[in-house]
Amino acid sequence: MSLLAAITGAALAKDLRLEWRSKDAINAMLFFALLVVVIFSFSFNPTAEESRQIAGGLIWVAFLFAAVVALNQTWARELRNQVLDAYRVSPAPASALFLSKALGNFIFVSVLEALMAPLFIIFYSLRALGPAWQLIPIGALGTWAIVVNGTFFAAMSLRTRSREIMLPLLLFPISIPALLATVNATSLILTGEASAKVWIALLVAYDVVFTTGCLLLFETVLHAE
Amino acid sequence: MYAILGDNGAGKTTLLRALAGLTKPTRGSISVSGSVDIRSVCPYFGYMAHPSLLYDEMNGTENLRYFARLYGIRNEQRCAEVIRLVGLDPQLARPVGQYSQGMRQRMSLARALIHDPKILFLDEPFSNVDASSTHEMVKLLVNMRDSGKTIVVVTHQAQLLEGAADEFVWMREGQIVSRTAAIPSPDRRESERQ
Amino acid sequence: MKRAFPILGVVTAGLLSYALYEALIGAPTEQTMGNVQRIFYYHVASAWAAFLLFFINFGASVAYLIRRNPIADAIAVTTAEVGVVFCTVVLVTGPLWARPVWGIWWTWDVRLTSTLVLWLIYVSYLMLRRFSSSGQTPLLAAVLAVFGALDVPLVYFSIWFFRTQHPQPVIGGGGSIDPRMMHVLLLNWAAFLCFAFLVCWSRYRLERLQKDVEEAQALESMFQRGSTR
Repeated sequence: MSLLAAITGAALAKDLRLEWRSKDAINAMLFFALLVVVIFSFSFNPTAEESRQIAGGLIWVAFLFAAVVALNQTWARELRNQVLDAYRVSPAPASALFLSKALGNFIFVSVLEALMAPLFIIFYSLRALGPAWQLIPIGALGTWAIVVNGTFFAAMSLRTRSREIMLPLLLFPISIPALLATVNATSLILTGEASAKVWIALLVAYDVVFTTGCLLLFETVLHAE
Repeated sequence: MYAILGDNGAGKTTLLRALAGLTKPTRGSISVSGSVDIRSVCPYFGYMAHPSLLYDEMNGTENLRYFARLYGIRNEQRCAEVIRLVGLDPQLARPVGQYSQGMRQRMSLARALIHDPKILFLDEPFSNVDASSTHEMVKLLVNMRDSGKTIVVVTHQAQLLEGAADEFVWMREGQIVSRTAAIPSPDRRESERQ
Repeated sequence: MKRAFPILGVVTAGLLSYALYEALIGAPTEQTMGNVQRIFYYHVASAWAAFLLFFINFGASVAYLIRRNPIADAIAVTTAEVGVVFCTVVLVTGPLWARPVWGIWWTWDVRLTSTLVLWLIYVSYLMLRRFSSSGQTPLLAAVLAVFGALDVPLVYFSIWFFRTQHPQPVIGGGGSIDPRMMHVLLLNWAAFLCFAFLVCWSRYRLERLQKDVEEAQALESMFQRGSTR
């Protein structure tokens, strides 16, 4: 168990260090995130009252698209020079590799969201009428839902043609319940109409089910040859 | 030390990858060190191929330190030792992506050796490598064989291992066609082809 | 075995014709919706057929993951393809029914929407099969099928709960069904299942033949390299 944690930690640290070193990827992603917010704001220009109703959906769709761009390069570094073979030959548990990538993506996408959210608040003059603190667990659970399956499907897409389009093709249908839950929970908090508790519970269930599924099946996918 | 030889497409790489557990045979089974479950004996394997299996963005020491962690090794000294063993400088801060091919292959070998494996699988380790690096690597392999390791080398340059390998295994079209203790003379090789 | 196929074909044709007659003429006319309601026999029977096929696909996928048996994979691809066809019928007949009766093309009806998501998941399954290199296709597809199966209860619940928050019309009518209508529905379902079985059987044979041909070709190319020397 501690070996799993040690390797996950080492792999995650390595990814973060390398991302930090070559800042081009981060800069490009941040700018992309900004562009997405601006495009959405131009396209959907509602009054302050209406915007509370639809902002939940808008924000999460924007997050989803930004996330897909980030997820597509999850394994890029491991593909060069066939580094994945070195992992496969080693006794390191596959789930450690998966966890490190998923956590890395989670951090990365959260940074993007942290940039995009304030911009949305500004452009749409948003103000939460419900308990705003709940937006944090909703954000975390929703992001994890996208990222955990996204990292897994990115690994599956490695063995397909048209890798970049394959990832969203696989990810979007399966993510529908999570998206529904996150959007509705966010809208309920913004409009203050009702409690978001059931949606949050659904998100927790989704995250638990799919995190377990991914951890159990990643070994199979990694060694598929 | 076994040298696996044969023309392109003979199946040498497939055989090596199957032994290392990277690919599964469609028929039959493989047992290494008496075990059919290759994953259970993989801690004893070292694997090297033509791609370097290293991160281009990190320098040699960082790469080795990282891959050592995959085997549960946290000893920094060990990384430096292994790098020196293959004839490179552990202090070199240049990222691996900027190495010459010879240096890269040697660093890749260091990565394969970091956990002191009992069995080494090397796929075309000498391709595109300069003569002096090749010479050094062969010397190193001979030393390791003498200290008790099993080494399986795939190459299409049989002459590099002349006098070094214990057995030459020839493959053609996915089958092993002969196993010899030395490289046969050119005439015998021609008659074998026909 | 080969003789059974044409016999079954004839039986299926007969069953389908009889079911068609019953659905369009034999069954009693519904009192509020009139003849449009007859589409119900196709809509629901197709849905049941699709769900059954997808369930078999899930079973075959799990079997493949455990045993790596190529027969399991052949069954998986077969049921997925035929299932998607029936699922498409459900999604087309749904709006066709809703429009004349309720005046709208789409409503976030629980069953219809869940079927849409199921359709999306299985179309992505078929795309994965098409885009992956043939060696790993069975394994990756089986993993995706398992993920899809894990998703289904979550999909259903999320849409159901969504509707409690945003009430909308229900397609397909809940409540009790006239026993004569039920009889026609079951008849259609049986006819569809026979038809599905026939198509699956053909597809299965095609898949197995394809795999045999691929293997033979691979072996042949290995030996051919010898003769060119």
